[in-house]
Amino acid sequence: MTRRAVVTGIGVVAPGGVGREAFWDLLTAGRTATRRITLFDPTEFRSQIAAEADFDAVASGLTPQQIRRMDRAGQFAVVSTREAVLDSGLDFGAIAPEQVAVSIGSAVGCTMGLEQEYAVLSDGGKKWVIDHEYGVPQLYGYMVPSTLAVEVAWEVGAEGPVALISTGCTSGLDAIAHGSALIEEGSAEVVLAGATDAPLSPITAACFDAIKATSPNNDDAEHASRPFDRARDGFVLGEGSAVLVLEEREAARRRGAHIYAEVAGCASRSNAFHMTGLKPDGREMAEAIRVALDRAQLDPTGVGYINAHGSGTRQNDRHETEAFKRSLGDHARRIPVSSIKSMIGHSLGAIGSIEVAACALALDRQVVPPTANLRTPDPECDLDYVPITAREHAMDAVLSVGSGFGGFQTAAVLTRSR
Amino acid sequence: MANFELDDLVRLLASCAGVEEEFDLNNDVLDTEFVDLGYDSLALLEVAGQVSREYGVPMPDNAPEYMLTPRAAIDFINELFAATTAKAV
Amino acid sequence: MSSPVITGIGVIAPTGVGVDEHWQAVLAGKLGIARISRFDAAGYPVQLAGEVTGVSVKELLPRRLVPQIDRWTQLAVLAGEYALADAKLNPAELPEYEMAVVTSSSSGGTEFGQNEMTRLYRNGPSHVGAYQSIAWFYAATTGQLSIKHGMRGPCGVLACEQAGGLDALGQVRRLLRREARLVISGGTDASLCPYGVVAQLPIGYLSTSDDPEQAYLPFDADAAGYVPGEGGAIFTVETAESARERGAPNYGAILGYAAGFDPPPGSERPPVLRRTIERAIADAGLLPSDVDVVFADAMGVPDKDLAESQAISAVFGPGAVPVTAPKTLTGRLYGGGAPLDVATALLALRDGIIPHTAGPTELAPGIDIDLVLGQPRPAPLRTALVLARGYGGFTSALVLGAGDRTA
Repeated sequence: MTRRAVVTGIGVVAPGGVGREAFWDLLTAGRTATRRITLFDPTEFRSQIAAEADFDAVASGLTPQQIRRMDRAGQFAVVSTREAVLDSGLDFGAIAPEQVAVSIGSAVGCTMGLEQEYAVLSDGGKKWVIDHEYGVPQLYGYMVPSTLAVEVAWEVGAEGPVALISTGCTSGLDAIAHGSALIEEGSAEVVLAGATDAPLSPITAACFDAIKATSPNNDDAEHASRPFDRARDGFVLGEGSAVLVLEEREAARRRGAHIYAEVAGCASRSNAFHMTGLKPDGREMAEAIRVALDRAQLDPTGVGYINAHGSGTRQNDRHETEAFKRSLGDHARRIPVSSIKSMIGHSLGAIGSIEVAACALALDRQVVPPTANLRTPDPECDLDYVPITAREHAMDAVLSVGSGFGGFQTAAVLTRSR
Repeated sequence: MANFELDDLVRLLASCAGVEEEFDLNNDVLDTEFVDLGYDSLALLEVAGQVSREYGVPMPDNAPEYMLTPRAAIDFINELFAATTAKAV
Repeated sequence: MSSPVITGIGVIAPTGVGVDEHWQAVLAGKLGIARISRFDAAGYPVQLAGEVTGVSVKELLPRRLVPQIDRWTQLAVLAGEYALADAKLNPAELPEYEMAVVTSSSSGGTEFGQNEMTRLYRNGPSHVGAYQSIAWFYAATTGQLSIKHGMRGPCGVLACEQAGGLDALGQVRRLLRREARLVISGGTDASLCPYGVVAQLPIGYLSTSDDPEQAYLPFDADAAGYVPGEGGAIFTVETAESARERGAPNYGAILGYAAGFDPPPGSERPPVLRRTIERAIADAGLLPSDVDVVFADAMGVPDKDLAESQAISAVFGPGAVPVTAPKTLTGRLYGGGAPLDVATALLALRDGIIPHTAGPTELAPGIDIDLVLGQPRPAPLRTALVLARGYGGFTSALVLGAGDRTA
């Protein structure tokens, strides 16, 4: 019998919703969590908006040494892992450690820690040959993003394959795909799969300012992230994490686990066109979707809902609308499509896993989250994007897609457990 | 404020985005589109940013749209310089 | 299904530019470690590094590409060209969706990032350039290689510090089994800027010696850390069928792979290296006695060396298999380290010569491996095992089988 990966636990740290149920609550209420940046002074920046997680490290149960040692992205990942593990009901003490694997995605690793320490070491940028005496013990841990996967592995004592996947904005989807591949091929029985990013730091804000990718709608932060809307003007930077417990399906069934969804098929392609630019035809994303559906043994008409990348840039939303039409034909017009970045912003590598978590919850609860702020339709984006209000919707399969700098295009199909 | 000229553009392109050997950025290519000269939107954003920083003249977000060719870029930048000087007066 | 094969290798390392220069330096025990020249490190406790010298990388790349990529990506793009030429591959002739790129990255565009942060802190946000968004992040090399060569298949990036190079090849094997016929893989690293060096100081693994010949002595009684280095190797890996169809010879095949992770600090459970080695060999369908040489991780940190020696001896028997670590000539190359070891292992298999480990003279107490010292050791080689451990507990092992390429 073919091995399949199913989702039995979900943990989330998201803007406006720290914790899985708070997250789902925000999504279904259609509330937005974008606001004027508070994590640093945004005055001199072009885009002064972000979706920030109101995260209390102490209240979240992290110890003083964990808080000192871990970058904010690491803290998110560990807290999400704990919630996912609890949610799954799995007793990790009863599983052979070598059967437990970890697959974590992150686009920009420990950026906040790296930047904050650099400010000190260089004394505000004054010195190129920085003062090594100010190096803190956790500094190398900030320099290498792999530490984020290390912390998750330590959390559950995983001794199976551990990987940090860093494919830009598709990291979160690719990490889930990698995790399910590990289960399918028998390299692990349980995988902590997810992603984390905490990029709300001057260097990241500045680099997106430089290419005009983020929304400069600073006077209306609450409504600045408006995917598919005619007035959309860029994405809103976010932060967060989602970690899922993936188990082999039959084992999950045998132990009576609550199964949110099955990871039925994943695929990725690259546009090999430009590091940031997208052609309007969406052909490589369409190909990723086609292959993912094929692996899921699902006809395009079987897709009940699409969770879009929907970053809110002019080019992205047009690109993926085309990709949906290309891959699903007319069916793309008959199903709901929404972008939760409208509510929680774009957390770069993390968002792919957060969106998969949303898809698993959507399937489990048969409700589709809306696209907030969608008031003025764009003729070029003419699908049903579920404007403003969440919708109860019967569905057996959900498609989640992502697109990122470097040309990465990934698609994942989740189904109700069959 | 002095006129922005082809030499300045070439200098900025070279330092910001590199200059390909086979194209001599001279008067012959004044009306050749940047995309055909191998300069993409990022390169133009970088040049626009550098103009801002060096000359203290803010460039609008959509500057690349007005900089489709070397001539268009030079004219556009000179217009901005003139507007800035006019405001200062 | 036959094992995937490596048909082309591009090396840019402190030992040389190109496979031949690197291999000749390795066989001669020619040290690529010297005083850091990239910046004035006089005030630092670490004085030495393995730098890529003797080539002006920027001069060899398209001028318009250079400003938008960190040195780490520059090295990979160049090595990628060498690999493709070595394999006599023209990507334009292959189906676009069946080609991919999977690289190993450790700290991304360290120097580019330091430069942009300097501009930010000295002059303000508007001084951060348009290329920061594409040059520093860990996926930059894969993205640029994919664009350069039109590879539209499933591209990826593994960031598992020094172990990532083997994990990338593990992923490559997965892709070649399922959906691709060619994957460009391997990795490079270039963190020899002040921030890249200083970031490593607090963990206490870097050697503070100022004598290049004595600084990096893995398994030696005087082992006192490793030396940082830059560079790496890029490969063209193909399905056996694809290589056959092209009539392309190969350096060797990926026969087996396994990855594990050490238990958390404070745990009483043992490190996983032994089990990982056993699983990789079993994955290859082989026995320990089939392995002819081990390219060790060789950190040069005493307790890590002992743990590695114990794992190797537990699997093979004390002194029962030749072990070597040519990385003493280059330093530790992080994302490029395991790929360079794989390249050297393939060359060893090709020529039937085990390169020696330059530097160590007297094994530390408890180290009972047959470390090849002094000079290269000719031997009939069919199978090589490459080991890599990454910061935090990553542990990977790769089994390579000799190919049919003679030069």
